[in-house]
Amino acid sequence: MTQAAKPVIEGFFTTGDKPALLGSRCVKCGTFYFPSVEGFCRNPDCDCSQFESVELSRTGKLWSFTNACYKPPEPYVAQEPFEPYAIAAVELEKEKMIVLGQVAEGIGVEQLKAGLAMELVLETIPDAVEAEGKLVWKWKPVA
Amino acid sequence: MTQEIAIIGAGMHPWGKWGRKFVDYGVEAAREALADAGISWRDVQFVSGAATMRCGYPGYVAGATFAQALGWQGAEVNTSYAACASGSQALAAARAKILSGQAEVALVIGADTTPKGFLAPAKGERPDDPDWVRFRVGITNPTYFALYARRRMEVYGDTQDDFAQVKVKNAEHGFSNPKARYRKKFTMEDVAASAMVADPLRLMDICATSDGGAALIVCSLDYARKIGKASAPRVAAISTVTPTFASAVIEMPDLATDSAVAMEAHSFRAALPRKAYEEAGIGPEDVSVAEVYDLSTALELDWVEDLQLCPRGEAAALVREGATRIGGRIPVNPSGGLACFGEAVPAQAIAQVCELTWQLRGQSGSRQVQGAKVGITANQGLFGHGSSVIVKA
Repeated sequence: MTQAAKPVIEGFFTTGDKPALLGSRCVKCGTFYFPSVEGFCRNPDCDCSQFESVELSRTGKLWSFTNACYKPPEPYVAQEPFEPYAIAAVELEKEKMIVLGQVAEGIGVEQLKAGLAMELVLETIPDAVEAEGKLVWKWKPVA
Repeated sequence: MTQEIAIIGAGMHPWGKWGRKFVDYGVEAAREALADAGISWRDVQFVSGAATMRCGYPGYVAGATFAQALGWQGAEVNTSYAACASGSQALAAARAKILSGQAEVALVIGADTTPKGFLAPAKGERPDDPDWVRFRVGITNPTYFALYARRRMEVYGDTQDDFAQVKVKNAEHGFSNPKARYRKKFTMEDVAASAMVADPLRLMDICATSDGGAALIVCSLDYARKIGKASAPRVAAISTVTPTFASAVIEMPDLATDSAVAMEAHSFRAALPRKAYEEAGIGPEDVSVAEVYDLSTALELDWVEDLQLCPRGEAAALVREGATRIGGRIPVNPSGGLACFGEAVPAQAIAQVCELTWQLRGQSGSRQVQGAKVGITANQGLFGHGSSVIVKA
C-alpha cells in the first residue's frame, strides 16, 4: 500500500493499522448509517436529528459476492489493461447492516463463500489525477 | 361500491432500437389501443402518461406530449414518474379519476427511447450523491443483480444452469410474440457461451434496454357495459407501496442497507404483491399467469417466491419441473419477459398489463395460457418504487 495516497472520498473511513468505515449513529434510536448522515433519522418512529460519528465494525460475515468482468463507466478509473475485481456484500453483526466494497486484490470469486469472515483493509485504486492512486476500503477474508 | 375498472383496449409498439422519437411509439400504441377498444380518441377524457427522464422536457410532461401528438381534444392530463413502476402509477391515477366519477374513459400510456451504451452517472466530483460514490468505487448496476443471484446459490443451492433455464424458457415464450425485440430460441449452450458480466450472471442472464411504447384504454364498469364490453378484463388491484424501514436487501444505488438495530428488516419486493392480493381479496393460489420484472434470470426466481407462487427457496425447482412454462402449473412471463423485450422503463409496467389483458381474453395465440382467469404483475425500480397489478377476467 502506498502511504502517500489520499482517500478516494474524504470522511468515509479512518486510515492506519486498523482502518474502519466511518458512519453515524442516531443518539436516540441507535440506528447506524453508512455513509454518514446529517439531518434526520430515517427510522419512521424516531424524530431525532442528532447523530454521533462512529467507527463501524471492521469485521463481518460475507452475505454475497460477485465480480466486475467489464470496465465500469466513469467516474471509475480502471487500470489498463483492465483486471476484473471481486465485490463483496458483508453483514456487520453489531450494526445489523450489509456494506458493499471491492474485495482485496488477488482474491477472486472462486475463493469466496457466504458466511466467510471478512475484514476491512485499505488498498489503492487508480485515479485520474493522482499517479499513486487513491485509497479505498476493501473486504478481505480473515487469514 | 366496486373498486374495479375495466380494460377495454390494449396496444403496443414493438420493442427494439428503432431510432425514432418516444412520442411516435406512444402514439402508435395509443392508436392500437383505441382501435382495440372500438372508441374514438375524442371519447377519452383523461390521459395518464408515464414520464421518461431521457427525452428532455416533452418526456417530463409525457401525458400532455402524447395528448398533443394525438391531437388536442380537451382531455385532462396527468404525468407520473415512479421509475420502473411509472406505468402502474399512471394506471392508478386513471383508476382514481374513474372511481371518483370524474372521468369515464382514460388512456394510460408510456413510451421510451433509450440512449446507446452504458447508463452512466452525471459527470463531475459529487461525493454527496450515492450514485456517484458507488460508481467511483466500482459498484455497477449488474453488481446488485449478481449479488442477489449468488445469494440464491449460496442459500438455496440454485445453479447457473437454473438461471439459464429461465432464459431458455422466456426465449421460447417470446419467440412468437410480435411485440418482442429478441425472437430467437436460445439454448442452454447459447447462455453458457455468452460472456460473464458479473459472476454468476452472463450477458444472456441480464436484460437489455429498448425503445418501446404501450397503452391501455380503461373505463368505468358502467361505461364498459354501455359499449357492450361488460365482460372485459378488470383491474382488481394496484399496489404501489413503498418499502418499510429497515431494508433487508441491499438496493441500487446504495452502499449499505438500513441498519436493523432499532427496527426489524423487511423485504420490499415481497411487500408489493402482498398488498395487491389483499386489495383484490384473492390469494396466490388463484393466480393463473404472472408477468414479472426479470431484469436478470435469477431475479425472476426471486419474484416467483415474492408472489408466493411457491415457498421461499423453491423457485428453481419450479423451473426445473417446467411449472413456469406455458402449459405448466403457473406460467411466468408468457410474453417472453424482459429477456425478450429489454427494458423500456415508462412503458414496461403498462406492457405487463397489456399481456395479461390479451391472456385473459384468450387472444395470445401460440403463447396462450389456457383458461387464464387471474393475472398478476410485479416490478421494482429505484428509490423505493415498485408495483404489482392484478387483472381478473
